Amino acid sequence: MWRRLQVKVGPARGLITSTQVTRRSTLGFCGSDLETHMEAMRKKAMDALPGSSWTPLEINPNLPPERADIVIVGGGVVGWSIYSQASTVLSGGGIRQQFSLPENIHLSLASADFLRNINEHLGVLNEDPIDLQFNQSGYLFLASEAVAHIMEENYSTQRYAGAKVSLLSPTQLKEKFPWVNTEGVVLASYGLENEGWFDPWSLLNAFKRKAISMGAIQCCGEVTGSCWSTATATYGHLQSCQCCQVQMPNSLEYQPVECAIVVNAAGAFSGKLTEMLGIGFGPKQSIAGIPLPFLNLNYAAEPDVSNLEVDHSFFQENVWPHLAFRVPAFEKLKVTSAWAGFYDYNTFDQNAIIGTHPLINNMYFATGFSGHGLQHSPAVGRAVAELILDGNYKTLDLSGFSFNRILTQEPKLETNIV
Amino acid sequence: MLLRWRSQAKRSQLQKKNVYYSYTESFYGPDIASAYYILSLKGGFRYVGQSEWFRANQRGKFSWDFLNHKNTPIEEADMSYTIINYTGLENLERQRSLRTLKLKGCPEVDDWFLARLHLFQDSLEELDISHCPRITTGGLAALRNLKGLKHLNVSSLPGISNPGLVIILLEEMLPQCQITANGYDHNLRKVEEEEEEQMQRQR
Repeated sequence: MWRRLQVKVGPARGLITSTQVTRRSTLGFCGSDLETHMEAMRKKAMDALPGSSWTPLEINPNLPPERADIVIVGGGVVGWSIYSQASTVLSGGGIRQQFSLPENIHLSLASADFLRNINEHLGVLNEDPIDLQFNQSGYLFLASEAVAHIMEENYSTQRYAGAKVSLLSPTQLKEKFPWVNTEGVVLASYGLENEGWFDPWSLLNAFKRKAISMGAIQCCGEVTGSCWSTATATYGHLQSCQCCQVQMPNSLEYQPVECAIVVNAAGAFSGKLTEMLGIGFGPKQSIAGIPLPFLNLNYAAEPDVSNLEVDHSFFQENVWPHLAFRVPAFEKLKVTSAWAGFYDYNTFDQNAIIGTHPLINNMYFATGFSGHGLQHSPAVGRAVAELILDGNYKTLDLSGFSFNRILTQEPKLETNIV
Repeated sequence: MLLRWRSQAKRSQLQKKNVYYSYTESFYGPDIASAYYILSLKGGFRYVGQSEWFRANQRGKFSWDFLNHKNTPIEEADMSYTIINYTGLENLERQRSLRTLKLKGCPEVDDWFLARLHLFQDSLEELDISHCPRITTGGLAALRNLKGLKHLNVSSLPGISNPGLVIILLEEMLPQCQITANGYDHNLRKVEEEEEEQMQRQR
């Protein structure tokens, strides 16, 4: 019956077009009206036939799917890198190896390796090669007398871990960088290789493109709730997240997404997400009572973080005097543009939290980088992918960054935070 | 799928050629290993204290006389138009008395390669990286580590956008170095043409 209808519509359309042709020549002023009407009718007829994408119920095409294997919350580089290997665009985009913890140095080295071979890892056939605009200058750290011994210790850790760093005395520093004022500087540490800055937006896009080419589905929305199933184990109640409710932006529509695994890579909002999922509200002595130690707030010296407006006076009063003292050429400095963004600051020890939560057996954390998320993203993505797929870390052992250190209250301090 | 295979095959061939010659090094020492690497990539080199250049011909054949000079470091290396890359540079890592390095027209030399040249920062005096398509301005910033550099050739680099400005910055960064940069069109007319195009597009 449908085929007969098609056949009927076919010649009918033909008739319509032929009449149109004659009418166009005779009735000039109402010809265009007739054309649009005919076009609309034709479209309706085509839509009614099976095989078109029209449905009587209006469904928002941007809704997430009803079921997904893994839901990654957070659209920054860490989230996309987790997918492609198993509020970054606002980031400064630098990478350095000069940390004090060996794990952080290894993470940076692995990420630098990844960025060097980025076209091999993230290249998609028939698309343009990725250009990160990587500028290969190193980071230079200056130390006064009080902290020179810390710098020396860090230097030996860095060399042992394989980073190419060199220590400079004040005279060598003046020779290499004549524009620096070496007053008060006792020691300097300069990165020779694998350090520099690049464009975070192109990295994010490269990850996104590769992930979408491998089958990920991107949806913009906010996670507003979740539903649970509990199981009892010997030490308490084990929870597992069964589905997340995703709400569309600027509307009341929401879609519950059933999932097997949830990855929390939500950056500055990871604390809110875990609160929503029930952590931090149990009795004080239990594991469930310990919240994720996150704040959107920042160091006490930094500007007010209730909104994202730029505080220009902060630069004038707190930052510029130090800059002008250290580099005399910056005395005539003028700010051309500024932007503000949130750090996902881990108030406990300013280091990443990677791994599972003891009470929720299907939630993986990859957050709390306190400003280093971008430079560690490829390596962390690979580590979490290994954790999800194989159950263990294979290439780099990041068990030092697990949630357990918050339970036992043993901070893993990184002294070289910027 | 065929395209992917082809690109993967090309990449694996490149990796095989640039692998670290540890076997040769364990038998003959690091200098002979570096020499063998240079010759197998169809480059040429000259030992310290010798005036003779050892080269491979077009077909890749070379004489084995270089084996006679054991434990002599290499002073000049000519790797123009070879497929040397970042991993391959590891084979030359031990050559701390390398004075000249010619990398004209090498398709795999990119910014990360230039950053790794800091290994030769004390000895390198002459560097030729003209006609390398993958080098951009970011990589040239890494050359600041080469304090002893006296001659630098950066002619005809297709990857840098403002050659005039970049050359001025390089001269400032390396005051003792003589920089050769030919093959660039420094005409101001080009900038005017670009501005006209932009205005037309806006209209």
